[in-house]
Amino acid sequence: MVWILRIGGWASVLVTFGIIVTLVTESAPFFAKVPLIRLVKDTMWTPLFSEPQYGIGALLAGTMVTTLVALSVAVPLGTILAIYLSEFAPSRFRELVKPMLELLSAVPTVVYGYFALLALTPLLQKIYPDLPQFSMLSAGLIMGIMIVPYVTSLGEDSMRSVPMLLREGAYALGDGKLGVAVRVVFPGAFSGLAAAYVLAISRAVGETMIVAIAAGLQPRMTINPLESAATVTAFIVQVSLGDLPHGSIGYQSIFVAGAMLFLLTLGFNLAGHGLRKKFHRAS
Amino acid sequence: MLPEKRAHELERRAHRRRSIDRWFGRLGMVLTLTTLGILAVLLLNLAVNGLSRIDWHFLTSFPSRRAAEAGILSAWVGTLLLMIVTASVAIPFGIAAGIYLEEYAPKNRWTDFIEINIANLAGVPSILYGLMALGLFVYSFRFGQSILSGGLALACLVLPIVIVATRESLRSIPAMIREAAFALGATRWQAVWHHLLPYSTGGIATGVILAMSRAIGESAPLITIGALTFIAFLPPPALHSTPPFVSFEWLFSPYSALPIQMFNWVSRPGEEFQANAAAAGLVLMVITLSMNGAAILIRRRAQRNITW
Amino acid sequence: MSTVPAQDPNPPSASSTRPRPPSPAASPSADQASIKVSIRNLNFFYGSHQVLRGVSLDIPAYQVTALIGPSGCGKTTLLRCLNRMHDLYPGNRYEGTVQLQPGNTDILGPGMDPIQVRMRCGMVFQKPNPFPKSIYENVAYGLRLQGMNRRRDLDERVEKALREAALWEEVKSRLHQLAHNLSGGQQQRLCIARAIATDPDVVLFDEPTSALDPIATSKIEELIVELKKRVTVIIVTHNLQQAGRISDMTAFMYLGELIEFGETNRVFTNPAKPQTEDYISGRFG
Repeated sequence: MVWILRIGGWASVLVTFGIIVTLVTESAPFFAKVPLIRLVKDTMWTPLFSEPQYGIGALLAGTMVTTLVALSVAVPLGTILAIYLSEFAPSRFRELVKPMLELLSAVPTVVYGYFALLALTPLLQKIYPDLPQFSMLSAGLIMGIMIVPYVTSLGEDSMRSVPMLLREGAYALGDGKLGVAVRVVFPGAFSGLAAAYVLAISRAVGETMIVAIAAGLQPRMTINPLESAATVTAFIVQVSLGDLPHGSIGYQSIFVAGAMLFLLTLGFNLAGHGLRKKFHRAS
Repeated sequence: MLPEKRAHELERRAHRRRSIDRWFGRLGMVLTLTTLGILAVLLLNLAVNGLSRIDWHFLTSFPSRRAAEAGILSAWVGTLLLMIVTASVAIPFGIAAGIYLEEYAPKNRWTDFIEINIANLAGVPSILYGLMALGLFVYSFRFGQSILSGGLALACLVLPIVIVATRESLRSIPAMIREAAFALGATRWQAVWHHLLPYSTGGIATGVILAMSRAIGESAPLITIGALTFIAFLPPPALHSTPPFVSFEWLFSPYSALPIQMFNWVSRPGEEFQANAAAAGLVLMVITLSMNGAAILIRRRAQRNITW
Repeated sequence: MSTVPAQDPNPPSASSTRPRPPSPAASPSADQASIKVSIRNLNFFYGSHQVLRGVSLDIPAYQVTALIGPSGCGKTTLLRCLNRMHDLYPGNRYEGTVQLQPGNTDILGPGMDPIQVRMRCGMVFQKPNPFPKSIYENVAYGLRLQGMNRRRDLDERVEKALREAALWEEVKSRLHQLAHNLSGGQQQRLCIARAIATDPDVVLFDEPTSALDPIATSKIEELIVELKKRVTVIIVTHNLQQAGRISDMTAFMYLGELIEFGETNRVFTNPAKPQTEDYISGRFG
């Protein structure tokens, strides 16, 4: 009986193995044809053109800008909510609100994409009429909202596990709730919060539909969020929507993009996991 | 320091600290309600734009170039069939993995490796599962751009969710229950099957529902594998009236899915297609929210019923 | 550090479990000292459950007052009333008055802000609880709260507090390292430094040595006896010998009531109430 279970246990390893092997084997031919230096030197990412350019900088810029916009919403908002729910809100309110926040992260991303393109962008255009139909700002803001529950949930859990004895020490000196939260609880929960932030970054980097729908599908080397640009993930979507004969340069290029994406998120995921373990060991 | 001056100073500071606390409390409340409000605004927007499009015709028609005549029949059938494949793979493997890791696996480097692996998988972008499925299932295994490939891709995606949920609910059962079973002479499997699994059904069910809800809403992996957006047919039926009565042809059929259809409509200009997109989105939201809501209720009830 | 007189004025009696009181020279008598905290008819309720009943007590200034009694007698509850710690948790209610000198401030007064009260008291807890900050910042915490922010002033006060807590020599070269790296005993002395840095009117000790080894314990007991020269000390302890060693006045509590209060010397050798005698002689713990 146990062998069935053991197979299950290793199933997850098989999946990772499958991902890595696929990414490596399908993108290898690309690297055989294209020297690595071109990925850095070329200024545009147009692998399907007759005169292809292989500069991944454009895609990475798109991913970075949308991620930064998302983080600029998710980190402050998520942290304030985490502090509020952990230190200020009465427990019944907190128990009511936490599952509702989880719902925010359960919304299908294509619905968020719809909202970014058809509801938020027109709204932003009223404030800034020159905003194009597709923009990294709009996509990034909605991504930020989607990521808030990740930050708040992990952050609040970390803060609540800081022992009351530590807080009492600060209260006994005459500090108030916010002071104790910021000066004692926040530093005490820091590795847990850092884990939350890192995992939020990973989530933002890997997001596909919101950026594909609302940020545009044209790779552009820009750091201006008020413009449209494609991210690494959006590029994969765009190419997949077209014809993809097996083994063609287009086919290989999406695996190259995928390999980049995997390495990026692997780094963030391992860092987040490590930080979370550090937090649990410390408390 | 003279007592009066000092007392005054302390009073001033205490008062200021208290007002800062009050203001932050108000800020926190406002931000919480606003954040939750966004969810409500989202639903409202979908409803306002799409509710009028949802009718029997919409639910039973194929997509069409004419927006007013388009429907989500192939989309929701596709989603349903996909879920059958996903559930048949992710649930057994996920629960088995969860039981193995929690109850059987020795605490060594290999188990640590598996744990890190699962933690990483949970954070791998969904589109990468699509790429894996494209290389592996569609081409290497020659399943083609079919429901089987799509369902397997989604199963790999949600596998970590089921594993983690199973582990956590097993972990929450106190050690003394296991010890009591062993003391009576039960084998590890008997302890798991007769004692631990029954107590953890609530947690596992929650995990399964959340996993399926996630799978229903995913579109990136399916786009990569090549789920087509203009499908004006349904996959071949699974049941026949002639022997051998059951067919698996549908597994290898091309298909569409709800989020894919919505994506397609969102990408088309024109208010009517946007209304269709909103309608599809509304259907997706209703499904997702009710599944998540059910999961939350089950989790609450399970926590309340069993008190250690 | 009490000196043992050549002729022991208190020969050990039949029940040798009675702890040795300090020699008379070390502690001024109660009627000479002024009163720091005046507690009158204090009742404390946790929800509908009454924990303290009609406690009235005058804590003398610049002396060590010990609160002793069996588990659940309310001594810690009483201590935490003095700096309104109970306000941090819902469902608590105070009745009665507690006057703090100087200024005749009613700690429990209706308009009294607990934050204000706490800035006049220092508290040291059962387990050392240094903040996840440097040694310097731990001690400076209370000072900053009270508005001190000039580097020079802070440096001066931090050093003074650490010296008074007998910790300066051990940490002066690593003030900016994390407090967590200190040993348990050092951490507790750091918490004492933190509590006295702001020059509080009274320092409340809640079983400060129960988590420490005997050597660390005796260092802290020495410290407390030194401290009373500068600040009023109230200490809750379940260790009778400790109360006997370091306190000038002792209050014995039982089931939420104050049974007896008087000079430690007298309470231990000649208790007026039978319950006090029973407790001190170990008939119940």
